[in-house]
Amino acid sequence: MDHLDQLEAQSIYIFREAFGRLKKIALLWSLGKDSNVMIWLARKAFFGRLPFPALHVDTGKKFPEMYRFRDHYGKEWDLDLRVEPCPPIDAVDPTLPPAARSAARKTEGLKMALGKYGFDGLIAGIRRDEEATRAKERVFSPRGLEGNWDVRDQPPEFWDHFNASPPQGAHLRIHPILHWTEADIWAYTKRENIPIIPLYLSQNGKRYRSLGDQDITNPVNSTASSIDEILAELEQTKVPERAGRALDHETEDAFERLRVAGYL
Amino acid sequence: MNMIVTPASPATPNGTTRPQVRIVIVGHVDHGKSTLVGRLLHETGSLPDGKLEMLKAVSARRGMPFEWSFLLDALQTERDQGITIDTTQIRFRTNSRDIVLIDAPGHAEFLRNMITGASQADGAVLIIDALEGVRDQTRRHGYLLHLLGVKQVAIVVNKMDRVDFSADRFKEISDEISAHLNGLGVTPTAVIPISARDGDGVAERTDRISWYKGPTVVEALDQLEPARPLEALALRLPVQAIYKFDDRRIVAGRIESGSLIAGDEIVIMPAGKIAKIKTVESWPVTPVAGRQGAGRSVGITLDRELFVERGDIIAHANAAPRETRRLRARIFWLHDKPLAKGDQLLVRCGPKESRATVVAIEKAVDPGELSSTENKAIGRNHVGEIDISLSNPIATDPYTENPRTGRLVIEVSGRIAGGGLVLSVDAGQRAVPVDIVPVESALRPDERSARYQHNGAVVWLTGLPASGKSTLAKALERRLFTNGGSPILLDGDTLRAGLNSDLGFSAADRSENIRRLAEVATHLARNGHIAIVAAVSPAREDRATARRIADSAFREIHVATPAGVCEERDPKGHYKKARAGALASFTGIGNDYETPQAAELVIDTSTRTVAEAADEIEQMLKTTGVLFDEVVDLAANI
Repeated sequence: MDHLDQLEAQSIYIFREAFGRLKKIALLWSLGKDSNVMIWLARKAFFGRLPFPALHVDTGKKFPEMYRFRDHYGKEWDLDLRVEPCPPIDAVDPTLPPAARSAARKTEGLKMALGKYGFDGLIAGIRRDEEATRAKERVFSPRGLEGNWDVRDQPPEFWDHFNASPPQGAHLRIHPILHWTEADIWAYTKRENIPIIPLYLSQNGKRYRSLGDQDITNPVNSTASSIDEILAELEQTKVPERAGRALDHETEDAFERLRVAGYL
Repeated sequence: MNMIVTPASPATPNGTTRPQVRIVIVGHVDHGKSTLVGRLLHETGSLPDGKLEMLKAVSARRGMPFEWSFLLDALQTERDQGITIDTTQIRFRTNSRDIVLIDAPGHAEFLRNMITGASQADGAVLIIDALEGVRDQTRRHGYLLHLLGVKQVAIVVNKMDRVDFSADRFKEISDEISAHLNGLGVTPTAVIPISARDGDGVAERTDRISWYKGPTVVEALDQLEPARPLEALALRLPVQAIYKFDDRRIVAGRIESGSLIAGDEIVIMPAGKIAKIKTVESWPVTPVAGRQGAGRSVGITLDRELFVERGDIIAHANAAPRETRRLRARIFWLHDKPLAKGDQLLVRCGPKESRATVVAIEKAVDPGELSSTENKAIGRNHVGEIDISLSNPIATDPYTENPRTGRLVIEVSGRIAGGGLVLSVDAGQRAVPVDIVPVESALRPDERSARYQHNGAVVWLTGLPASGKSTLAKALERRLFTNGGSPILLDGDTLRAGLNSDLGFSAADRSENIRRLAEVATHLARNGHIAIVAAVSPAREDRATARRIADSAFREIHVATPAGVCEERDPKGHYKKARAGALASFTGIGNDYETPQAAELVIDTSTRTVAEAADEIEQMLKTTGVLFDEVVDLAANI
């Protein structure tokens, strides 16, 4: 087994645990490279199917390429796709800095979807290497009744034994690709021939490394116009993956505040 | 805590393979762990080009004397900053081995890290400061290694330069630590005098320790025996789930050890059922050809329809895990409330979960103080050895035989509260099915059904004592026989006189009683007979087990005669005795009978005659496809 085989086998194991041990789960599909890999892994785990809904919490501010991708592959992959809206900006905590406040709409949209469907588990494509608070995550991460995350009181998790009993009315976040890196995602996308949104590839000396809402996501300087070139670039670069995400940089704790409140 | 298992014999660029050995380095703070690791990395040529020069330059610029431990710090900082995947391991090479150093940093979480790290180690290096000698923490670490079953321990006596390379001082320490470890049943593989800072004894025997004739540290590491690679162990495929998304019935799980390939004959434990692997399924391409090894998440189909459930372990028939309801485990406890004898827990062994009771606490130790506390409870962050009794049989291995299946976690209120290693398994109530190969009947089911005019079935009559189960069962037996069928009565009490005479009336024994009834009845049903079971079978879970065993052949009849009527009848005098307190564990008085919720038929014998009730049963057997209305032309089916 090579490195990618090991990552794949581990993710499949996590998917099957989530599906087997929780009652009602959904996968959060943000249309980006990570959640596309995640859907692919889920189809491996369940022999071609996604036996639970794919949830797109839609801010309405994604790139047109992303919506086209969603509509096309949602059908082609035969997903049970649920598109859920987010509340308007003035419904969100006004003490947050602007970009974080904009992103927090997604947290609210997520809470609304949770309330609507009663999911006890949400599968999310976060990775430890993306960002410091994500590095502290568990694979099965309990969320409080308000969707909030208590960093200081996380259950022990070892030997691939996960805590899968959320308290009544609360839910778990399940992170099947927590142990992957950005480079792993690209190497696997290439190996498995998983479709991608072209915004990730360089045009006019710029490309997106991470896709979010149009108003708070910026491209980075790059000439990488193929996955091979992206992989070569990642070996060299000192620029963090989320450099183009405005909300990460507004204040030191903006992202942590968002995550504690339930953001992905 | 990333627990990705790397292959034990990674291929080298020239195509050969080198054994991989996983080690931990433990010892008292400041006795020189980091310095030794830095020196080892350097001496074994494991550092990137220019790394050492860079660190020397940095030290010189800051006016600090160079320390070998800077190397480790620098590597650690690099790793902390992200990017690299390997967050817990440092690699270097000796002559014939690839060494993986498992890093167990962090004092606050020391126990958890040490246990999870060292429990995967094949060997350990225990470091002692020559000047300070054996300290409490040295003994603690020795004890923990013993606790974790790490048998290969090399001792290094560091900072020999500070005792003028005195052979006497070395012997003094060597004797003391050897005596301590021997007392724990651990024999040091070597005791080595070194100066990690100057390099004496690390890769070379220098003049200053010319009196020492044993191996250097690098030589000692080179002699460590690697664990057997997971793929070389017996096949263990714990079942995570059974998927039936289409016409395939796929058994899914991760291969924890060994390997499998389509065509393999396998046994499903703990039930001991035997089948062959028909295919290995996958996506997007299926089936998959070739052997699948440890670490893979796979899906397989079997050559026959067997009842398989989450938590079963699939193994090769000649090397199955042990089936047990009783085991001893060495555990570490993380919960606020101490673990005490008699506690009810949930134990998870892979995907298998079972309710469990702590039967005995054999040892309880605070690894910080190393005082063996009273054997009554194991406190938070303490370790101990416990005997556990399980309410369901599980299949497992002692961890010395299989580190993957030989470990468990303990849940309290839905949250992991501890974990540990399976030390020994009390052999199960059933022999390991080494040579069991089921012999199939000479007759096909349809040959029998043509003669009897019915399919095989398990007709399960459940209800309170004296509700009329046996009377109905006998009437049904007579009726079916008269019509040319092949009914067989399996009365609970009758079987207790023979097959089940070893069982009492505890909850566990009652479950086992029902399981055996169901197994016998199912065997008869598969051979075309109608097995009529009359048994109180008060527990819903036990009846669910029976239904799972008999599968589609199962027909449940709830003989729902009102309790008052039953007690009034009391043909065996049981109610009277129970009321007088002379019959313990009697179902009927009290609320311990769990009413069926989805029986195929409900009959109240207080409102019907026996003949009417038998009619109803017959009708139900017709509508559910057991009895045929019309003669089947066997010839037409051939």
